[in-house]
Amino acid sequence: MALLEIRNVTRCFGDFTAVNNVNITIETGEFFTLLGPSGCGKTTLLRMIAGFDLPDSGQILLDGINILGIPPEKRPIHTVFQSYALFPHMTVAGNIAFPLKMAGKMPDEIKSRVKESLENVRLTNFADRFPHELSGGQKQRVAFARGLINHPRLLLLDEPLGALDAKLREEMQIELVNLQQEAGVTFVFVTHAQNEALALSHRIAVMNHGNVEQIDQPSKIYSFPRNRFVASFIGKTNMMDVQVLEATSSHLKLIVAGLGEITTPSKEGVQVGDSGTMIIRPEQVQIQPYSKEAEVKDHFRGIVHDYLYVGDVTTYIVELVNGIRIEALLPNSTPGRVKFFEVGDSVLITWRHDASTFLND
Amino acid sequence: MRNRNFRLRIVATLVYAFLYIPLVIVVAYSFNNSRLNAEWVGFTLFWYETLFNNKEMLVAARNSLIIALSASILATALGTMAGLAIHRYKLKVLPIIVLSPVATPEILLGVSLLLFFLQVLNLTLGMISIIIAHTTFCIGFVAIIVRSRLQGMDWSIFEAARDLGASPWQCFHLITLPLIMPAVVAGALMSFTLSIDDFVITFFTKGVGEPILPIQIYTMIKTAVTPEVNAISTLLMLLTLAMIIIATKLDSGVLRGEVSR
Repeated sequence: MALLEIRNVTRCFGDFTAVNNVNITIETGEFFTLLGPSGCGKTTLLRMIAGFDLPDSGQILLDGINILGIPPEKRPIHTVFQSYALFPHMTVAGNIAFPLKMAGKMPDEIKSRVKESLENVRLTNFADRFPHELSGGQKQRVAFARGLINHPRLLLLDEPLGALDAKLREEMQIELVNLQQEAGVTFVFVTHAQNEALALSHRIAVMNHGNVEQIDQPSKIYSFPRNRFVASFIGKTNMMDVQVLEATSSHLKLIVAGLGEITTPSKEGVQVGDSGTMIIRPEQVQIQPYSKEAEVKDHFRGIVHDYLYVGDVTTYIVELVNGIRIEALLPNSTPGRVKFFEVGDSVLITWRHDASTFLND
Repeated sequence: MRNRNFRLRIVATLVYAFLYIPLVIVVAYSFNNSRLNAEWVGFTLFWYETLFNNKEMLVAARNSLIIALSASILATALGTMAGLAIHRYKLKVLPIIVLSPVATPEILLGVSLLLFFLQVLNLTLGMISIIIAHTTFCIGFVAIIVRSRLQGMDWSIFEAARDLGASPWQCFHLITLPLIMPAVVAGALMSFTLSIDDFVITFFTKGVGEPILPIQIYTMIKTAVTPEVNAISTLLMLLTLAMIIIATKLDSGVLRGEVSR
């Protein structure tokens, strides 16, 4: 049986539908992520799972039991808040002990479990400090320890890394994955940062305007986005408006206005004459200097319009003959090399057929 | 620039002088060895001695202390609840209901309370009616102070407590109350101060028989302003000053909260 089942959950605030008929099933031990831009309904959904808000319709089941009538303190679900929400008048140890005290555990047990928990998050020397005496990363670890100490069935994390700087964020991401594996607790993680979601999750639900657009593993979400929103929200992507010329069981032949024919893998339910979008990721686009001999099938001529050097890679923006701009990404594998092409250079771009995807409108 | 600062300083000095010189004179003449508040004769504690031998004055002081204590306890309990409710439920009417006694002219409040006690409650005026009256106008002050403290707080702290297993009551007495305690105590001290020196509302809601300090002082002045009045005023001033200093020490937002109402 699934650990958490969200069935047809809808939540409206006045005229605004924050969560629209959402269905999600989460298995025990999963690191599940709700990903979407701000206002997509992910936090509202999280608050309903925690018990701070109620759906207008639908059910939320934990271990097969509807939990909607149960107040937050009675649900075996704990939350790590974006602001950490540490109790300012309690020490680190006091904060971590709080869930155990509320659960009515004996003082001896509380003491030994708090000690163990402090060791896990490497804060043993900080047990008697108050939250305002801690750094951002330390507060974060206290919040994790406090959320995990009473072994909840589910730990909800509401953008917990949002307030940290980039370097610390990366460290905490690794720590978070380790904590999840050690504790064996199911995580439901809310974020708007797509790279964080891809790096941490077993599965991701991409949300937009209260709807779930796609639920899948990170690699599937990235490689096979179901629609334009998912494709553009997760990573960078090149898009071209296309029309289907030919649809077979092995491939689709598409026509791009002013450019020519391109081939993509076949897709169910696509009809000849359908219009849609062809997407190709920048790192899948190959780029080479222009030469007459190399301009064969599936190779498109263009001019380097601009480039962006970011250290490990350089992104080239190539303007094709029909005016479409395609981004191509090249790793800077040669030491000291900043760029392979100059602005204005004539180049050829191409990609493997199976790297591109067709999306119906 | 320098010139402007200088002028500002003169104006400020004059304003404070205007406010505090009368008080300084009252205090100074309470130690004056003369029946008249006219010229300085010499230092004495005679007036304080007379004061402490004045039976009626002592009864008045005791009555006032009882009223101030009772009213501040009641007002603190009710005002804290009101402050929490105003912060939590964003109702438009609630702040108006709770805070309007703070802004209502005292004389209006006094008259309406008098009518309410006599005609609606059919209450015999006395200590009880004064305590109720004082509680009424102190609730608003406590609510303002408590709310201003809550405004600076992260609401997710209270949700976190519930989330981690605390019942609403546990959340209140383990998290909310300790966090707002400075404001609650400040509110209590503020109420005590307001109650003990209140004249107008006390005048309207008091019965016959029991003397109340501010009224007693007023009665004494009617016959003759003796330095005994200066002495009791000095003591009263010291008490309220101490209370206000403690209140501001506890919660630096106390005074700001009052202004922002």
